Amino acid sequence: MSASLAILAAILLPLIGAALLSTQGDNPNKREGITILTTIATFLCVLTLLPEVLDGHRPGVELIELFPGISLAFRVEPLGMLFALIASGLWIVTSLYAIGYMRGHHEINQTRFFVCFAVAISAALAVAFSRNLLTLFAAYEVLSLSTYPLVTHHGTEAAKRAGRVYLGILMTTSILFLLLAIIWTYHLAGTLEFTPGGILAGHVSGTTVGVLLGLFVFGAGKAALMPFHRWLPAAMVAPTPVSALLHAVAVVKVGVFTVLKVVIYIFGLDLLTSTGMSIWLMYVAAFTIIAASVVAIYKDNLKARLAYSTISQLSYIVLGAALANTWGVIGGGMHIAMHAMGKITLFFCAGALIVVAHKTEVSTMQGLGRKMPWTFAAFGVGAMSIIGLPFVGGVWSKWYLALGAAEAHQIPLILVLLVSSLLSIVYLVPVVAQAFFKEAPAHGHDHPGDAHHGSDENDGENLERKHILCVLPPCITAVGCILLFFYSDALYTLLAPIAGG
Amino acid sequence: MSQLPVFQILLPLLAAPLSVILRRKTLVWQLATGVAWASLIIAWNLLQEVQANGPIAYHIGGWAPPFGIEYRIDILNAFVLLIVTGIAAVVFPYARRSVEAEIPAEKHHLFYAALLLCLTGLLGIVITGDAFNVFVFLEVASLSTYSLISLGKDKRSLTSAFQYLVMGTMGGTSILIGIGLMYAVTGSLNMEDLAIRMAAMEDKRTLLVAFTFFCVGISLKLAVFPLHQWLPNAYTYAPSTVTAFVAATFTKVSFYVLLRVIFTLFGADLAFLDLHFDKVLLVLGLLGVFTGSLVAIYQENIKRMLAYSSVAQIGYMIIGISFYSVNGLTGGIVHLFNHALMKGGLFMVMGCILLRLGSVQLSDMRGLGRRMPLTMAAFVVGGLSLIGVPLTVGFVSKWYLILAALENNLWPVALLMLVSSLLAVMYIWRVIEVAYFQKPDDDAPELREAPTSMLVTTWIMVGATVVFGVFTEQTAGVARQAAAFLLGVSP
Repeated sequence: MSASLAILAAILLPLIGAALLSTQGDNPNKREGITILTTIATFLCVLTLLPEVLDGHRPGVELIELFPGISLAFRVEPLGMLFALIASGLWIVTSLYAIGYMRGHHEINQTRFFVCFAVAISAALAVAFSRNLLTLFAAYEVLSLSTYPLVTHHGTEAAKRAGRVYLGILMTTSILFLLLAIIWTYHLAGTLEFTPGGILAGHVSGTTVGVLLGLFVFGAGKAALMPFHRWLPAAMVAPTPVSALLHAVAVVKVGVFTVLKVVIYIFGLDLLTSTGMSIWLMYVAAFTIIAASVVAIYKDNLKARLAYSTISQLSYIVLGAALANTWGVIGGGMHIAMHAMGKITLFFCAGALIVVAHKTEVSTMQGLGRKMPWTFAAFGVGAMSIIGLPFVGGVWSKWYLALGAAEAHQIPLILVLLVSSLLSIVYLVPVVAQAFFKEAPAHGHDHPGDAHHGSDENDGENLERKHILCVLPPCITAVGCILLFFYSDALYTLLAPIAGG
Repeated sequence: MSQLPVFQILLPLLAAPLSVILRRKTLVWQLATGVAWASLIIAWNLLQEVQANGPIAYHIGGWAPPFGIEYRIDILNAFVLLIVTGIAAVVFPYARRSVEAEIPAEKHHLFYAALLLCLTGLLGIVITGDAFNVFVFLEVASLSTYSLISLGKDKRSLTSAFQYLVMGTMGGTSILIGIGLMYAVTGSLNMEDLAIRMAAMEDKRTLLVAFTFFCVGISLKLAVFPLHQWLPNAYTYAPSTVTAFVAATFTKVSFYVLLRVIFTLFGADLAFLDLHFDKVLLVLGLLGVFTGSLVAIYQENIKRMLAYSSVAQIGYMIIGISFYSVNGLTGGIVHLFNHALMKGGLFMVMGCILLRLGSVQLSDMRGLGRRMPLTMAAFVVGGLSLIGVPLTVGFVSKWYLILAALENNLWPVALLMLVSSLLAVMYIWRVIEVAYFQKPDDDAPELREAPTSMLVTTWIMVGATVVFGVFTEQTAGVARQAAAFLLGVSP
């Protein structure tokens, strides 16, 4: 298969799959069969591109010219390659999980759910492969709109309100800031192509660089940089598979991916370091890292806690971009992978807890570890990755980010990274610790009587087995977290060219 | 010499009395639809010819200008002809079921006759190169529109038609005075000829007065803020077909006349350098955008909401002129096309809803997303286009307008236009939330989807907003040529 065909296939296959499965609403088994086949085929298409990119090629395809000199066009470079691999790879696992979750939780409108999900993945892949800012922006907006029905899935008043916050913030920031920045860039540079070394050098100077950068990073509202972060906790009303793949991986990573792409290929690292116009962004990101972690500590709802943790972790990547040096962008790029694998594990576990034990609040999960050992073990591994402990992937990206901070002579930022790790210990470790080491309350109000309590434990183990599709995926991604630790040099090899200029 | 230009007018003009004679409603509808399609084919051929060989001059009856009447077709009006006939070709097939439901059977042949006359008038305004001819056709189109609006089912359609009649007549008179003044000082009515003679005149005083009368008159017809008062009522209470057709064409044709008057007749130097008319247009355009959008947010009647949205969209086109640059004019002209598609499509959706639901009040639309899924989906797509989401036509217009604002260093204007798209998000999403998130009353009747003929044509129109949002060569590309032509620069 030629590379340009593979690019188009990767973007179109989810759409074709969506069209096919929308006709199978009455036949859930067939529908889910189509979903799984689509995910695997999409991933394989993405995978065929990897050797070419590793060889230094940048395969691409051009569709149609929208404005003079700007086309809808795709080109695969290392950062996009990495992001596409993660998004399409984790889509397979998430689809398995979604089947277990949606059926186990007796969700409504499952067909619409799977259709919108596929469209969202297609848009995320289009963002990953986009050759210029216009293509990226178009896919970015498609992603916002296609995830709206997923966020408001339950159709309740609460879902509607969350949908307003979600679309309100994402649309406002993207139209008001991002689009303005894009058109401004076009006006200044006469092009929007992602070009190694950037396109803005020589066209802007002084504070304009800082203003334009601000428009871009706040415009990419999906990066959830404070103060435009509120949509992410709001999006947690969605079914957990959505929170797991979209609001821990695809959607939020599109935001930080945009920031990285803009810094590397639009501004160029040299322009930012020579003007010093990204230093303010380092500290906005640092503030978001700390503040969101502190908020996370106080959230009892597990999904809300994870959402704030995501906000904090996303700013690591923004920080990497703001550092605007080799270590910073490689660390940021790597953290896309590390955080994706870690956080999706945590969300899978949170969803499994909802389906198996009907628990959403952290304080009600004491002693659950014995009933759901696999789930909590996976949670522990994911948590270690987020914290940044050795033998799990997350430690590497933090390491490179710290190196980047040192190179930029921003020693306080190293401190921020350390404090953030400590804070994430505070909000993640108790979840696992109290599940394993605390006794379950003598009797919950829904399980009266000691005798019943005993039999309930056995039920628990059976339950984990009964909901195997909810419990297996987090175990898979937990193994993924560990593998990422040992194979991080592969990621480094892939990403190394992006900072080469 | 090809006789195509005159057939562009003759076909609908002759079909109008013919339909009064034929009387049978199906036959009359078939005739009107056939004429609309034939007109579209003619307009398409004219555009091809203009693009290949440059402007066409057609002398009526062989009388040479400036004494005879000349039809003059260049890239700009060829494009507008195509838009008007294209809209007619989609709306006329749509009309049958909607008209059956809204107009008494004994008036059907008169309705189609008036509709054909309206088409004749609109095409005449666009095609002619004679200033007085513009006025005549403008009155043909206006008079038929007044009567079409008054046919609406709601009694208030009569008063709104009357209001429009009063305002429209004032506009028409103002234009006539402008023409009279020009004729008095130059002795000519042919636009080419007028432009040459007026440019040569030393004393510009009379011309300035004529220009002012012209602009006020056209602004009334175009519903430029604050002369838009007639529009919301007229659009709200007119029969669905009329709203869809008139909203998509009449303001566009008026916008075309404004372009002609400024750029061809009086010259941009007089308008922008002597009179600073661009500043006036910019301010009025922005005011129109914001008043229109803000008022739209508070409307309960969705047809009225869309009507106020039209006031805002006209504002965008006006802003496009005010930039006085290729990109600005491209944005204005392409928005002329794009807005015709989106507003035509959205009003067609309203016609479908009115037919089945019997109301276009927001409170009656609860749960409509499930009750009429295809119709509401069309509303969503059209609405997204109105907001200006990428890969829809709205985005194309917005891109050019904002780029032009930045080129002129008017970044606050760029920001204001972006803010106004957010207002569009608000008024569109209000409808979407009610239609998809609220449950209908328990005693709400089961609804069927709209009839196939209406649904298909509505989707053609709405689908076009996406198709032309991606394939921009035939719209933005042509608009760019037209803009360059008006400014006298190479594209």
